[in-house]
Amino acid sequence: MERKTRTRKATAITAACAAALLLAAGCSSSSGGKQSETSSGTGSTGKATTARMTIALVTHQSPGDTFWDIVRKGAEAAAAKDNVKLVYSADPNAGNQSNLVQNAIDQKVDGIAITLAKPDALKDVVAKATAANIPVVGLNSGVSEWQKLGLMEFFGQDETVAGEALGKRLNEAGAKKAVCVIQEQGNIGLTQRCDGVKKTFTGTTEVLNVNGTDMPSVKSTITAKLTQDKAIDYVVTLGAPYALTAVQSATDAGSKAKIATFDLNKDLTGAISKGTIEFAVDQQPYLQGYLAIDSLWLYKSNGNYMGGGEQPVLTGPAFVDKTNVAKVAAFAAKGTR
Amino acid sequence: MSMTQHAEPAVTTPPAPGPKETDGRTSRRPLALRLMARPEVGVFLGAVAVYVFFLVAAPPVRDGAAMANILYQSSTIGIMALPVALLMIGGEFDLSSGVAVITSALTASMLSYQLTTNVWVGVIVALLVSLSIGFVNGWMVVRTGLPSFLITLGTFLILQGVNLAVTKLVTENVATDDISDMDGFSQAKKVFASSFDVGGVQVKITIVYWLVFAAIATWVLLRTKYGNWIFAVGGNKDSARAVGVPVTFTKISLFMLVGFGAWFIGMHQLFTFNTVQSGEGVGQELIYISAAVIGGCLLTGGAGSAIGPVFGAFMFGMVQQGIVYAGWNPDWFKAFLGVMLLGAVLINLWVSRQATRR
Repeated sequence: MERKTRTRKATAITAACAAALLLAAGCSSSSGGKQSETSSGTGSTGKATTARMTIALVTHQSPGDTFWDIVRKGAEAAAAKDNVKLVYSADPNAGNQSNLVQNAIDQKVDGIAITLAKPDALKDVVAKATAANIPVVGLNSGVSEWQKLGLMEFFGQDETVAGEALGKRLNEAGAKKAVCVIQEQGNIGLTQRCDGVKKTFTGTTEVLNVNGTDMPSVKSTITAKLTQDKAIDYVVTLGAPYALTAVQSATDAGSKAKIATFDLNKDLTGAISKGTIEFAVDQQPYLQGYLAIDSLWLYKSNGNYMGGGEQPVLTGPAFVDKTNVAKVAAFAAKGTR
Repeated sequence: MSMTQHAEPAVTTPPAPGPKETDGRTSRRPLALRLMARPEVGVFLGAVAVYVFFLVAAPPVRDGAAMANILYQSSTIGIMALPVALLMIGGEFDLSSGVAVITSALTASMLSYQLTTNVWVGVIVALLVSLSIGFVNGWMVVRTGLPSFLITLGTFLILQGVNLAVTKLVTENVATDDISDMDGFSQAKKVFASSFDVGGVQVKITIVYWLVFAAIATWVLLRTKYGNWIFAVGGNKDSARAVGVPVTFTKISLFMLVGFGAWFIGMHQLFTFNTVQSGEGVGQELIYISAAVIGGCLLTGGAGSAIGPVFGAFMFGMVQQGIVYAGWNPDWFKAFLGVMLLGAVLINLWVSRQATRR
């Protein structure tokens, strides 16, 4: 009897799926969707004729984060151009990240690019790579630690500097009270951004922690904050998706607060041109990934050091607002800006 | 606490005390005690305590709009906590429910975008996908006899990986494309993510769904044969089977019910935020389970209610937003949440011990 029920259920599901597909054929959308998307060419040009090499990129990305996806795309573009085989791996847990670096060393790669979100945990494994004569560069996080760990070069933005730049911008806009929304409690980079804002912003800055993996809760928490404190006139988010949610929160709370954010994505550029979001601080993640791989290739093939091996190469903060969003939007639509 | 202790009455007698009580034996215990023996009363008192606490500590909570916001947050947890609770009463639980919400939203969004169809096509296919995930979970649990912890831990990891990999493969990004300009979007938004005005306060429609679903679930649990089956399979599967309860059907359908909930919340998220990030949803399953446990559902199955998780979810929303309304130092946020929840569970436990003591 059981078997029969199962078969019947399976048949029903198959039939339903087929019906849905047939339905799809007759139910096309007249607006939006894939069909209206304009095709855009890829940014790749020629390809290097240097010997094939392997470079590992090991980050602290958590799965499904739009920001890191852009970093990876930059790295892939550089790898394609430089005739490099890119081995990408990531783990937000510092111990696991260090194991992944060890894994790269064991694979005898020609170069390693890493992020230093938790520098102390990576110290030993970086020393091992150096001992194995594998050049290591840093990107994104660890701007104050990369030299101490003996890395060759660094590409990224100083989070505090970026925060300070945003704080100054708030002063220019005449803001009085800002709330800085942290989507991942305890993340040092995010904390540094808010600290930077606090340092230069002449008004008051408050920090608000939200649960970044649950958008409805992000939305209602920001709504709650804006209701609780009517004096807030600027919401500063630290990631593009949270900025878009903050817009809805402000509407829900009946608040006139304006929204500014760190980092970009394609929906955000739309919001900036519409004026629902004031501006974004872009640290150009694509550039971070691209330069990290390209620099290792340059070092291997021509012995070059970017930043002279002494100074970090800063990729941000670059501001995107109504005045320059049009230039950026096309690239953001491809998911590379 | 043995399982049979809870299961036996469920199999042999209807779990609800009927309105007429002419039987001399029941009148020996006072009404208050009998009420308190119900699993949801403890959490009700806990919820009232938390509510009163924040009413005093956080003045903005007294405002209608704030209450609407708190209830909105509660409803997005509560709608999922309901099927999760029923499944727990049925003796199983589902660790994949958090990411399953995102799977559903991703399916609907990407399918309608990539094929450029009316968004309702995506919505319907997403429902089928969600129900199939529930079916597979349930079928494997029943077939293998393995703990649902292991099976659904497996699907949790699979879905997490599939969400990410398929999204990346299809959209070349890790978030879906904006579908808000497509046919059927505004209609679907009305159904899943609209709000309406009550005395100048904007109330989200999810709150209505939450309460309606809770009412239906309560009726099913207390007044239908299927409700009795749920208690029976959760208490003791073998004796339930022996008295003719269709164990396989009950368990699989409960998992599919969780799939339905995931679909519903997934659609709400999609039509509220227009796009979905593929990495979201991880960790939410524990919040749903917590809401159900605080609501008086035993981790061992066989006992619980549908109204309890409503208060459980309300407590989550109340504490989470209450801390913000109170303007407290956000560094302590998680700690506050933990203390309040532990406190609520302890009150819950104490009340039910008092009530069941003769």
